Amino acid sequence: MSRIAATFAKLRAEGRTALMPYLMTGYPERDSAIQLAPALEAAGADLFELGVPFSDPLADGATIQRASERALANGTRLEQCIATIAALRERGVNAPIVPMGYYNPFLQYGLDRLARDLAGAGADGLIIPDLPPEEAGACHAACRTHGIDLIFFVAPTTPDDRIAHIATIGSGFIYCVSLTGVTGARRELWSGLPAFLKRVRHHTDLPLVVGFGISSAAHVRDVGAHADGVIVASALINAIDQAPPDEYVARAADFVRGLRA
Amino acid sequence: MTSTLDQPATIPGRFGPYGGKYIPETLAPAVAALEEAYAAARHDPAFWAELEQLQQSYTGRPTPLTFARRLTEACGGAQIYLKREDLAHTGAHKINNALGQGLLARRMGKTRVIAETGAGQHGVATATVCALLGMQCVVYMGTDDMARQQPNVFRMRLLGAEVRGVASGSRTLKDAINEAMRDWVTNPDSYYLLGSALGPHPYPTMVRDFQSVIGCEAHEQIRAATGRLPDVVIACVGGGSNAIGIFSAFVPETGVALRGVEAGGRGTTLGDHAARFSGGRPGVLQGTYTYILQNDEGQIGLTHSISAGLDYAAVGPEHALLHDQGRATYTSVDDEEALDAFQALARLEGIIPALESAHAVAEAMKLAPAMRPDQLILVNLSGRGDKDIFTVADVLGVKL
Repeated sequence: MSRIAATFAKLRAEGRTALMPYLMTGYPERDSAIQLAPALEAAGADLFELGVPFSDPLADGATIQRASERALANGTRLEQCIATIAALRERGVNAPIVPMGYYNPFLQYGLDRLARDLAGAGADGLIIPDLPPEEAGACHAACRTHGIDLIFFVAPTTPDDRIAHIATIGSGFIYCVSLTGVTGARRELWSGLPAFLKRVRHHTDLPLVVGFGISSAAHVRDVGAHADGVIVASALINAIDQAPPDEYVARAADFVRGLRA
Repeated sequence: MTSTLDQPATIPGRFGPYGGKYIPETLAPAVAALEEAYAAARHDPAFWAELEQLQQSYTGRPTPLTFARRLTEACGGAQIYLKREDLAHTGAHKINNALGQGLLARRMGKTRVIAETGAGQHGVATATVCALLGMQCVVYMGTDDMARQQPNVFRMRLLGAEVRGVASGSRTLKDAINEAMRDWVTNPDSYYLLGSALGPHPYPTMVRDFQSVIGCEAHEQIRAATGRLPDVVIACVGGGSNAIGIFSAFVPETGVALRGVEAGGRGTTLGDHAARFSGGRPGVLQGTYTYILQNDEGQIGLTHSISAGLDYAAVGPEHALLHDQGRATYTSVDDEEALDAFQALARLEGIIPALESAHAVAEAMKLAPAMRPDQLILVNLSGRGDKDIFTVADVLGVKL
């Protein structure tokens, strides 16, 4: 059983919602993720989404755009993202780690080489927001060869027959986009979210992980009633931004602990 | 317009290996609906009849073909003909696509239109069509481009459009497209009126089809004027819509050379130009697989050109295929050469070209002297230069 499957099986048995914080590699400082991930795991994180910065993140809102720009300005390269995963495994981080990035840097690195190096470093999956199933063939094959899960998205706009298709090709979990829009912290969740998640659930037994706009413990509770996990990204980055520079690791851990409250 | 229907089918969504639709899942249904609506419209004679009627009564088509007598004499070689898209309503070829997609948007029942713009010509064309058809219009434009194309910003606002400045990234066309796509992801019921032969399928095919009127007319006009086809057709290439529009009618004519002119900017270092074919390599940007200016990590490169409309890191995917096949040749002209051509055409022909189009004129001026006087060069004069007078005055050290 893959690390992702094992994590969700355990959480399901315990009746808990998976908490999946998003960390941007190279943000706020070059090696921050190596400090942040162990602290967040201790604070209750169950999986990690590890951002790979890109110059043109067109599915992301202002917060992640800014983090991406800063990470690139800090000199973050794809090789470093892969090395970060290996370093986290060496430091005893056990939670599944799923890198997330836009397609072009992966394509230039070479898809087979990427999947091999990610698997070798201890990554468990891969999330690519601008790679819909129609274009994912080569990348999906490379991921299967090297035993990592290519994570597919479904959105509120996705029709039922397409959800059914994505459910048959997906593995690991299904990334459910919580709203029609870009990433970014929101005060309130979309009122149609429970019905949307029910619609997705009808087509698959894969874990459903909800991302975009999840910002508070109340959101985590509400979404947890209909899904297996939540991704918290922009709100966590905001917490890191607002912390004094020498305290951001502790503040980020506090924020993650608070999401369980 | 019936010849448009004879173009290759839209269905595969690829030009050789290039094209595709690399888009977030949220947009997949909107793009599929667009594909379906365009496929239906494409085979509906009533759709083309209405478009053709508007092209004549509103845009002023057909645009003329002008023999550039004094420019030809000054170059001392091949005869240079200009396809006068600068005389189309709103001052550039962009209206051809905006009108076609505007009618499609109305047919799809859309009431809100999103667009991006670089030089502002596509934004003006879209704002114009939205005024004509009574639709709400939001235009995204990089703040650097807004500064250098102020007349067009004011023009769009006069036409009732909302212009939203984009201050992220390089603050030019690429960033305006990112922001327009973010708007579309947020409002998938809106119509995204993309302005060049770029982006996810079906845009590269659809925009080519709507711009192919340039080539269809020019093909007929140059034969009527000279009794033969040109030896070479020249067009500037930003995203590549005016170029693919004029090329499309000549691609099957194997005796006609096709020459696309990219922006050479101020040098060959990444960041100083927008010459994708000499400085880039295939990759994915903003929905399509094509030649892209990027660093060794796949991060998209910054670009520079004196002309905002050529200042973009990717090129339309059909051009990528024409390049690989050797059917078209892509070359570049730098800022200074474009500026010289801009002034030459003004003084010799009484035509102030857009800085974008001045790149194509410059290429003609380079080629003509080495050609025989019985040979013909056809230049697509894609737009007029009124919008550029502040930029040019600035470079020439003139205070307006």
